[in-house]
Amino acid sequence: MTDVNTEEHYYLRFSLAQRLLHIAIIITFLGLALTGLPLRFSTHPWMQGLARGVGGFGAVLFFHKFCALALTIVFVVHVANAAWRVVVHKEYGLIWGPRSMVPRLKDIQDFFGNMKWFLHLGPKPKFDRFAYWDKVDYWAVFWGMGIIGFSGYAMWFGSFFARFIPGSWLNIALLIHGEEAILAVAFIFTIHFFNTHLRPENFPMDLTIFTGRLSEEEFKRMHPEEFDRLKANGGLEKLIAPPPPPWMKNFSWSAGAAAVAAGLVMLVMTVVAFLSD
Amino acid sequence: MKLVLVLFGAAIGLWAAAPDCLSCHEDKTAAKDSIHGALGCNGCHADIQAFPHPEKQTKVNCSTCHAGGAAELAKSVHGGPTGPSCTSCHGDAHSILPAKDPKSATNAANLPRTCAGCHGNAETAKASGAPQVYAIYMDSIHGFALTKQGLLVAASCSSCHGSHGILSHRNAASKTFRTNIPATCGACHGGPLQAYTAGIHGQKLAAGAANAPVCISCHTAHQITRVDTASWQMKTTATCGGCHKNQFTTYRDTFHAQVSALGYDQVARCWDCHGFHDTLPASDPKSTVSAANRIQTCSKCHPGANAGFVKYDPHANARDGKDYPALHVASIFMNLLLAGVLGFFALHTILWFFRSRTGSK
Repeated sequence: MTDVNTEEHYYLRFSLAQRLLHIAIIITFLGLALTGLPLRFSTHPWMQGLARGVGGFGAVLFFHKFCALALTIVFVVHVANAAWRVVVHKEYGLIWGPRSMVPRLKDIQDFFGNMKWFLHLGPKPKFDRFAYWDKVDYWAVFWGMGIIGFSGYAMWFGSFFARFIPGSWLNIALLIHGEEAILAVAFIFTIHFFNTHLRPENFPMDLTIFTGRLSEEEFKRMHPEEFDRLKANGGLEKLIAPPPPPWMKNFSWSAGAAAVAAGLVMLVMTVVAFLSD
Repeated sequence: MKLVLVLFGAAIGLWAAAPDCLSCHEDKTAAKDSIHGALGCNGCHADIQAFPHPEKQTKVNCSTCHAGGAAELAKSVHGGPTGPSCTSCHGDAHSILPAKDPKSATNAANLPRTCAGCHGNAETAKASGAPQVYAIYMDSIHGFALTKQGLLVAASCSSCHGSHGILSHRNAASKTFRTNIPATCGACHGGPLQAYTAGIHGQKLAAGAANAPVCISCHTAHQITRVDTASWQMKTTATCGGCHKNQFTTYRDTFHAQVSALGYDQVARCWDCHGFHDTLPASDPKSTVSAANRIQTCSKCHPGANAGFVKYDPHANARDGKDYPALHVASIFMNLLLAGVLGFFALHTILWFFRSRTGSK
């Protein structure tokens, strides 16, 4: 345990609140997928078995709504926090700039640059704090939560919503809810898992979202533009953090591996059920 | 009247002679307790008039007295030389009991077993086109009520098929001919018959529609079960869907069907909305799903259902762009979105994977 004395510095990338919200998203998303897939593929024997395992339809719907409420709270906390930081603390960098999730020209340039790099036609682009695929991940989830959430609540409180929208929209709500959910499941359990964790550079897992910190080597390799900028303007010093203690690493490995395993099992079930649908 | 007097006189005279018969035929003593006991031996064995009697007698002819039953039997599926004789069903000739006697072979409670003497036999059952008929009848609500509970109002074989005059269900005069079935079942199930006759299925049958369902189309004939069990109710959508194929397909796209498929029975299936015996098309103002009655029907499960809510279509078809343009477009959009996003990133991921493996420089 001589990590503390090694020369390598660790830098803070995600706050504790952000890490906890990500864990909350993992748990609620897995819960929603686990209880939603049996409904979407209700005629498939595997999914029927899954529903029985959860405790029958009554339990399936209860947990689905429970996780939906919890994820709604996560969503609201995130948006409220972002709004608070912008409005009260005037962190306009969240809206625009290198620290923002809002896409900008550099993302498009990075995308084409990365394509060239994939094809051995150019150097690897120097990514900033959030690479374009991070932004796709973020906005896919953001859009997904809006669409799936709204259609879900519309069906949950059907007779209330039907006062304002025609009942035929509830037909569309179920369709969109189910298809968007399949997209979310397929996207998170393949693209997000690969982009962030399973690709050779990060395999088997990038622990940063759990530990909140990354090493200097990782920082330079993954977010060179941000590293150089922070080094130039002196912001880097403020981010220096102690290396993740062993318990935190162990927890991160366990939680992350469990989530990825659960996701991959559900992905297989989804693909099988989808193909026999 | 004269005939009765003659028979009566003969009976009195003959029982005086009966002890003589029984002194040789002592195994037939029980005949005295049968329904025919009063007739004496030669009431049936009519050609024996004196002792000693000839070695060979003509066969006893029941139709001498029971002309009606015999005539019906002759015309029935059981008629003809290879068919069953009177005693095949009524039991031993010397101990025949009236059908209302609980010990009679033709008593309602005993009849299934009596018929099963032939129809419970696998070969006969198969030949008559109804294998397993005895076993499935005994497990049905009729068989259970009659033979296990002793409820004599429950349908026995003859309740639906008749007795002497049983005809093939292909014979238009048969009680089990398709168009006669509602009347046959309705003899006991008067309420359902009335409702069925008023409903669209009954109307269509009366109008001569060849595909109009009758009682057994949904309930089956011999396998009839309680309709208040979840196991039966879970099967009903497929039953209706057997004819209403499009509606079945579109129902299966909805939340109602998804929930139902997971084994939850507290959810709308066909008849929860459409009714059953008296079901009517939505165009009929009296229908439970007519525009005027829809709010009330949906409210059974969805308290607070309102005019907007009932615009929800429990049979919407996303594949039908003509009647459901918005849903159809949404469906196409979602398919393209899924294919587009996943396809794009699949390619992105594959390229990335191979590039990473060759080194990140």
